[in-house]
Amino acid sequence: MIYLNAFIFCGLVCALGQIILDKTNLTPGHITVMFVVIGTFLDVFNIYDKIVLWAGGGALVPITSFGHMLTHGAIQGYNEGGILGLFNGTLNLTSAGISAAIIFSFFFSLVFEPKD
Amino acid sequence: MKDNYQKIVDENTPKEDTINNAIIAFITGGIMGVIGNFLIDFYETYLLIPNKEATVCMLITLIFISCLLTSLGFFDKWVNFCKCGLIIPITGFAHATQSAALEYRKEGLVTGIGANMLKLSGAVIIYGIIGSFVFSLIRTLVGLV
Repeated sequence: MIYLNAFIFCGLVCALGQIILDKTNLTPGHITVMFVVIGTFLDVFNIYDKIVLWAGGGALVPITSFGHMLTHGAIQGYNEGGILGLFNGTLNLTSAGISAAIIFSFFFSLVFEPKD
Repeated sequence: MKDNYQKIVDENTPKEDTINNAIIAFITGGIMGVIGNFLIDFYETYLLIPNKEATVCMLITLIFISCLLTSLGFFDKWVNFCKCGLIIPITGFAHATQSAALEYRKEGLVTGIGANMLKLSGAVIIYGIIGSFVFSLIRTLVGLV
């Protein structure tokens, strides 16, 4: 059942992005930024945590979960270390994704030639 | 004359089929979600990794696959076909990073790869951090009141 929820949620987010992309003059970069900011906002009142419970991995794959984890880390940091924790904890949960993207990109770009 | 020109332009601009594109994005995006959930289940059941770490492993696996496929040259065609179905999931982030790194490879290690790798995906990181800072600050202030 959770697989169906994952399919529906992730599909709806992508379809919404596609409709915005087609109907306006925004570039894919604008769309991803917009969805990240939406994700950061949805975590403020723990809405996104409920979506994660409902859709499982389907809610963790879209870029909105990136924003969700940023806010999650910041609030967790604040609870542990006050205002300083707000700066300390922001990248706590997302650092794996950012580091992985940078590390793999660097080594693959050394090994492979660009194909056009 | 001017009206005529506008008419010809309108007739010859390729029309983007919005509904068709949205359905393709829905299906491919849904498949990405199912793959993500499957990977989490797989890591939890067979490799006995706790849920939080399994999520991180899933994200790293998807990033690895999309970086590899981008370097091999398949991923650009798929993104042209699926558009938001692959741009909105975390694969789009990895794809943007990898294609910028490949494109600027010839300009050198520091001024090429180093300076331009996050050219496209840096916006996501910057606005994500700004947004999360503003919203968590608001939440802490609301919590104090």
